[in-house]
Amino acid sequence: MAIAKQAARQAAVWGVAAVAGLWAAVSSGAVWAAAGRPTNWGMGLQDAASPTAQAIADLHDILLWVITLITLFVLGLLIYVVIRFNAKSNPTPSRTTHNTLIEVLWTGIPVLILVLLAIPSFKLLYFADTIEDADLTIKATGRQWYWVYEIPEQEYKGQKIGGFEFESRIKPASEIGPDDILQLSVDVPLNLPVSAKVRVLVTAGADDVLHNFAMPSLGLKLDAVPGRLNETWTLINPEYQGTRFFGQCSELCGKDHAYMPIEIRAVDDAKFLEWAAKAKAEYAEVDDTPARPAATRLAAVSN
Amino acid sequence: MAYAESAHGHDDHHDHTPGFFVRWFLSTNHKDIGTLYLVFSVIAALIGGGFSMWMRAELMHPGVSTMTLADGSPDGHFWNVVVTAHGLIMVFFVVMPALIGGFGNWIVPMMIGAPDMAFPRMNNISFWLLVPAFILLLGSAVIGGGAGTGWTIYPPLSAAGPGGHANMAVDMGIFALHLAGASSILGAVNFITTIFNMRAPGMTLHRMPLFVWSMLVTAFLLLLAVPVLGGAITMLLTDRNFGTSFFSPAGGGDPILFQHLFWFFGHPEVYIMILPAFGIVSHVISTFSRKPVFGYLAMAYAMVAIGFVGFIVWAHHMYTVGLDVNTRAYFTAATMVIAVPTGVKIFSWIATMWGGSITFETPMLWAIGFIFLFTLGGVTGVVLANAGVDLSLHDTYYVVAHFHYVLSLGAVFGIFCGMYYWMGKMSGRQYPEWAGKLHFWTTFVGVNILFFPQHFLGLQGMPRRIIDYAPEFAGWNYVSSMGAFMTGLSSLFFIGMMIWTLAKGRRVGDNYWGEGATTLEWTVSSPPPFHTFEEQPIIKEEQAH
Repeated sequence: MAIAKQAARQAAVWGVAAVAGLWAAVSSGAVWAAAGRPTNWGMGLQDAASPTAQAIADLHDILLWVITLITLFVLGLLIYVVIRFNAKSNPTPSRTTHNTLIEVLWTGIPVLILVLLAIPSFKLLYFADTIEDADLTIKATGRQWYWVYEIPEQEYKGQKIGGFEFESRIKPASEIGPDDILQLSVDVPLNLPVSAKVRVLVTAGADDVLHNFAMPSLGLKLDAVPGRLNETWTLINPEYQGTRFFGQCSELCGKDHAYMPIEIRAVDDAKFLEWAAKAKAEYAEVDDTPARPAATRLAAVSN
Repeated sequence: MAYAESAHGHDDHHDHTPGFFVRWFLSTNHKDIGTLYLVFSVIAALIGGGFSMWMRAELMHPGVSTMTLADGSPDGHFWNVVVTAHGLIMVFFVVMPALIGGFGNWIVPMMIGAPDMAFPRMNNISFWLLVPAFILLLGSAVIGGGAGTGWTIYPPLSAAGPGGHANMAVDMGIFALHLAGASSILGAVNFITTIFNMRAPGMTLHRMPLFVWSMLVTAFLLLLAVPVLGGAITMLLTDRNFGTSFFSPAGGGDPILFQHLFWFFGHPEVYIMILPAFGIVSHVISTFSRKPVFGYLAMAYAMVAIGFVGFIVWAHHMYTVGLDVNTRAYFTAATMVIAVPTGVKIFSWIATMWGGSITFETPMLWAIGFIFLFTLGGVTGVVLANAGVDLSLHDTYYVVAHFHYVLSLGAVFGIFCGMYYWMGKMSGRQYPEWAGKLHFWTTFVGVNILFFPQHFLGLQGMPRRIIDYAPEFAGWNYVSSMGAFMTGLSSLFFIGMMIWTLAKGRRVGDNYWGEGATTLEWTVSSPPPFHTFEEQPIIKEEQAH
């Protein structure tokens, strides 16, 4: 019996050690994280490249601590109860069925923890929602199964830009280069300037289905709904200039749902203006094709 | 919870059991109908579980290997069909029939000392509605290429318009849900009436066993939630076939309206699946700790609270649809509140074990496994409750991991727990203990290898419901698939063991779990006579709560 008890205790110690080790691995997920893309065997969030993504990562860190401690606490209690109150250690069961103090405590303390968690949670929620003073506005329209990006006519850094839209589709396996990611790279990526507050408008074609515009490293995720113009914002931190960001459609949208990735390249202002000018020359004439009446109509609404 | 004072002789019963056809096809006996539900659930689980094995096989490596078209290109639509069928089968045809139709029918009348359910014929039709519902659902996965909408059937993908499903598949799915919904509503009416009106003398509501409490709350949730689903899918049906445009923006409708209606049903639905498991676990913990349940009233009213709050948190499934920020703040706060009554239950179970004299027969292993894994699934729910954090995690594998921890490792652990606990009572024969333990440990290890790495995939940004993924997600997907195969083998072992038990298992007496098992079903023989309680039991002694 003593041996069994010792074995149980040893098992408990190993169990706790294993969970603790796993937690350490999860919390240091940043070790594996790369900017803008997933990493094989990665365990944590992708690198945060925008203020919203950073705020999400910060809150997630707090939450991970809290939930890990709660889970370990429950596990510890279970292990203790199993060792201390098994039939061999405790042949005569007690008849206790009430303890007002402890019942008040295990109701009150969780309430307190949740109230404390709600404060940073609300801060994040309102921070991530929208901004008033955007430097740049872009619009992403989800269609089966590609994205249409529109840069509406506007002024950016004193220059008139925009008034064009283009389609962005998955890059076929045969064209994947050494810097590309199979499944995630696109033929024509969206370029965005770093350090600029970008208003992101998201919708879906009027005759299309739901999609979702998601970019994990930037903390972006917003449904593309026919007939609705959803709004959020982002700002790519300056140290990520030159980074390619990868995301995927995140709402089931039919047979090629897995094949409509999102790629954003972070560039500096000069490069962005150059890209915008070139893109306008290349794509402006596509603007009024009847293939996308919905996009045009919604553009009118948003302006 | 309460002792039966009358130890009546059940050996001198003359059971007038009807012939095979009348007994099983025209049944009005709650125990036979319960058995039918359990058998139905096992058959559906083989199909729904088979789909999940196929999905994990497909996801084991990057690239598409099995779900391909004739020319070898990926058949994304077929993948969506399998995802949809897996979800709908597991929810409506495995978990609900097993926990509510199966254990609810079998155990609730016996626990309250009633001879049968209040409406035995309605009970029969509740079961037999499920059969055509299941046939229609299987049809919806085959006809016209199948319905690839996800179990959430969001329009416009589920509508008949461009990009949606123009053929009959979705209509068949809708009719399947109509029938399954009618079955659930009739069952709920039956349970509510039975529990309110047919308790043995002396069994007040506050002396009712916790499994009966859980079924009462579940029945109310069904009664209030399922008609909303019925309305939503009927609107979808008329959108598809009769030219209405409730959910079509082109006609002034709104696809988001469907999501509100669906989740007004869908969120209570997840509590419908877990509450009966709560009830079962309470009895098992109490039985094998040889102690009455700690904090009985708090346990009962925690379930009532979970049921109530469950109705006012639905939009946490919709944080990214473009809801107003204040709305999201409300749903964040309301959702977090659920953690409180759930915590009360977790701690009360542990307190029930505290001071007990615990033995670790198979049902107890499932119950302890349930407490730990449900806690793990619960705390990731607290993470997801934050609308801000949901920006990263919504519709990723983190969500998949979360809801499989609470359902597949919660509700399904509850089903196994109940199976092992009551198998001897229902069949008169006991499973081999070593086999039960082997099944538990292989499943426990298997499901954790299967679902824990999915948290990592979700944090790394892998979306749900995709047939193929970037090579960057390969590592954990491979591990997850290995866990799935282990779990699958373990489940086949379970079915083999159950068949063996029914044929050759050791025969057991009335109360084979001993002093800890105090509810009324343990006062009758195993299996119980065709008509239980020819003498009405009277509950006099109130258990010291």
